[in-house]
Amino acid sequence: MRLIGADLTEKSLRLHLEGLPGVDAVGLERRAASLAGRSIKTTSKARALDTIIRLTDLTTLEGADTPGKVRSLVAKALTPDPARPDTPRVAAVCVYGDMVPTALGALGSAHGDPDDGGVSVAAVATAFPSGRASLAVKLADTRDAVENGADEIDMVIDRGAFLAGRYGEVFEQIVAVKDACRRGDGTFASLKVILETGELATYDGIRRASWLAILAGGDFIKTSTGKVGPAATLPVTLLMLEVVRDWHRLTGERIGVKPAGGIRSAKQAIGYLVTVAETAGERWLQPHLFRFGASSLLNDVLLQRQRLLTGHYSGPDYVTMD
Amino acid sequence: MSFLEYAPAPESTAILHLRDEYGLFIDGAWTEGRGATFPTISPATEKRIATISSADATDVDRAVAAARRAYEKTWSRMPGGDRGKYLFRIARLLQERAREFAVAESLDNGKPIKESRDVDIPLVAAWFFYYAGWADKLDYAGLGAAPRALGVAAQVIPWNFPLLMLAWKIAPALAAGNTVVLKPAETTPLTALLFAEVVQQADLPPGVVNILTGAGDTGQALVEHPGVDKVAFTGSTAVGRQIARAVAGTGKKVTLELGGKAANIVFDDAPIDEAVEGIVDGIFFNQGHVCCAGSRLLVQENVHDEVVERLKTRMATLRLGDPLDKNTDIGAINSAEQLERIRALSAAGEEEGAERWSAPCVIPDTGFWFAPTIFDNVSTSSRIAREEIFGPVLSILTFRTPGEAIAKANNTPYGLSAGIWSDKGAKILAVADRLRAGVVWANAFNRFDPASPFGGYKESGYGREGGRHGLGAYLTTGPSKGGA
Repeated sequence: MRLIGADLTEKSLRLHLEGLPGVDAVGLERRAASLAGRSIKTTSKARALDTIIRLTDLTTLEGADTPGKVRSLVAKALTPDPARPDTPRVAAVCVYGDMVPTALGALGSAHGDPDDGGVSVAAVATAFPSGRASLAVKLADTRDAVENGADEIDMVIDRGAFLAGRYGEVFEQIVAVKDACRRGDGTFASLKVILETGELATYDGIRRASWLAILAGGDFIKTSTGKVGPAATLPVTLLMLEVVRDWHRLTGERIGVKPAGGIRSAKQAIGYLVTVAETAGERWLQPHLFRFGASSLLNDVLLQRQRLLTGHYSGPDYVTMD
Repeated sequence: MSFLEYAPAPESTAILHLRDEYGLFIDGAWTEGRGATFPTISPATEKRIATISSADATDVDRAVAAARRAYEKTWSRMPGGDRGKYLFRIARLLQERAREFAVAESLDNGKPIKESRDVDIPLVAAWFFYYAGWADKLDYAGLGAAPRALGVAAQVIPWNFPLLMLAWKIAPALAAGNTVVLKPAETTPLTALLFAEVVQQADLPPGVVNILTGAGDTGQALVEHPGVDKVAFTGSTAVGRQIARAVAGTGKKVTLELGGKAANIVFDDAPIDEAVEGIVDGIFFNQGHVCCAGSRLLVQENVHDEVVERLKTRMATLRLGDPLDKNTDIGAINSAEQLERIRALSAAGEEEGAERWSAPCVIPDTGFWFAPTIFDNVSTSSRIAREEIFGPVLSILTFRTPGEAIAKANNTPYGLSAGIWSDKGAKILAVADRLRAGVVWANAFNRFDPASPFGGYKESGYGREGGRHGLGAYLTTGPSKGGA
């Protein structure tokens, strides 16, 4: 429990969350637009592109996922650009829980902590993407993924309970899922808490949900499942970065942020890097504190990277499909 | 290397085709001034950009006579719809040449290119578009039946928003059917001279717009000229007073937009992160060279420490440097003279016991620069709480109740603008109602729109610019003076 002060009751939690300062939507969006307007050129751009690759959770979350598709995704994660072996690897592959053994098998010795150059495996759990299942099912889903060897669990919060004002219930569920992330040896899989900001709709709600997820023990707060529009937006990510910055100021602890879905171009992603660096600080630009959840982003970054190295644009046939 | 050390991203000056010397623009043609020439320099590098003419009293005579001829022979007789067409044409030309104007403005004035590109020049075009639409609808402006133009307008503008102030002056004047003689500030004549080229491109009848460059004596000769029917001035309160004295009893109509010492009031229920952005927008926009700048932060005492801490963190991310770099947030101070004034008032603030804190930034070797600075624990009697600094310097004062906030906000000889930060709509409206300021921003600061009237109370001047009210400043419904 990381609630500051008061005993944790439904009432104290509500008072705390509803007492957070409001968010002025116009001001927030204006600030996000100004950060997106930074002009990142030449050496800074080269560095930014490599950083984006290093911070990407390469993702496939389709009903049609097969072992072949997952192996192909892992190959892309390990060698994003076969023609340029100096291209960094992505941080993780993100799959459904039942695909974790396949992903691990394909990674082989490359499996490891992305902060040390390895590629880890993230699994979505807790009845992703809707989260509409009993707690028992969500916990079983989580344990199954952890037992299968997932390094990171991307859970969804119960948006229904949150919107109905049952903050305590959402809190307890996150605490329980965190507990289910415990491995046999006592260590924990890292827990990313997906708020599904597109369904929370208001910035005030998103700020409350961010605090709630951190108080309950989340290691990362993540915007979206990618299955609901709008997915990640820059203003929402800015807001969540403000929360982790404030949390760090209060407790000294650093929580990660993961925008997911909707980030398709290198230019957009660079705007996110600028926002991270100028809001939470440059220190957040490492795999255990910031991730992009994306599938098509990587190829645009690779195209931009090729352009910077060769001086001309190639085309979609000069990067691999997946 | 740090990611935050963004590589230079300078806007190219190749788009500019400047002449080495500029004359005066009178009666649709370029002519040499009779006064001594002077250089206009870039405040970021102190390098000469071009040599500028000075108009003496004879030149002023010629310009006013040209404006009078144009007024009587063409402009006042032209149907409003046709005047509108010219103004629309000017607006479109300004949009087409927007990048060029933005580069010229940042070069001459020192303001960051992102501001000249995203704020100044788009607003300039918006102002011309807005007033172009009014030109054939003067009867419906609610000013009375059949309003008429005044005649020749003498317009003197400041150096902080050179082209924008030109637009604020020229667009309504022409829409209403007046002709103008405009004098840009001595340190920033460049974009007004480029505007003269636009006037030629738009094929405006000769004499409708005349641009005279020069120093204070040129401006004085212009506003005191007996052939002028209207005087419009934006600048310091001291010069505004001289102008008010000079035109008293002459029958000239006057609009003065002068100084300010605006209160930016942050209540404890404010959206804090956005309020911090608003404080930064309020005082560091255009290096604080803004008459309506939020130069006095009134923050509720129970959130003072948190707001100041967050403000300092935010200020540490401001980038000071080359105005033409697209990532620059804080450009150069416009002139050595202005820099000296900012330094002197800041020194006075320290002597009076206020706590000074400046953002850590590297000051370039050449040019005029001042790091973004705040003074905490400022008392209401302190000079830095009373006098307009016109630089990137914020004075922080506290209050305990809304009543005290209102009293302190109004306790100034000025009254141009104010800001209120609160999440409670009812509180914002109640406080705004009691602030004696021409513009009150709610959860925003330094936002402008051509449809919104702008102007001050008390020593901040009189008359309104912008909107329907701004049009009224160039029209009369009284009896005709005869002759015209």
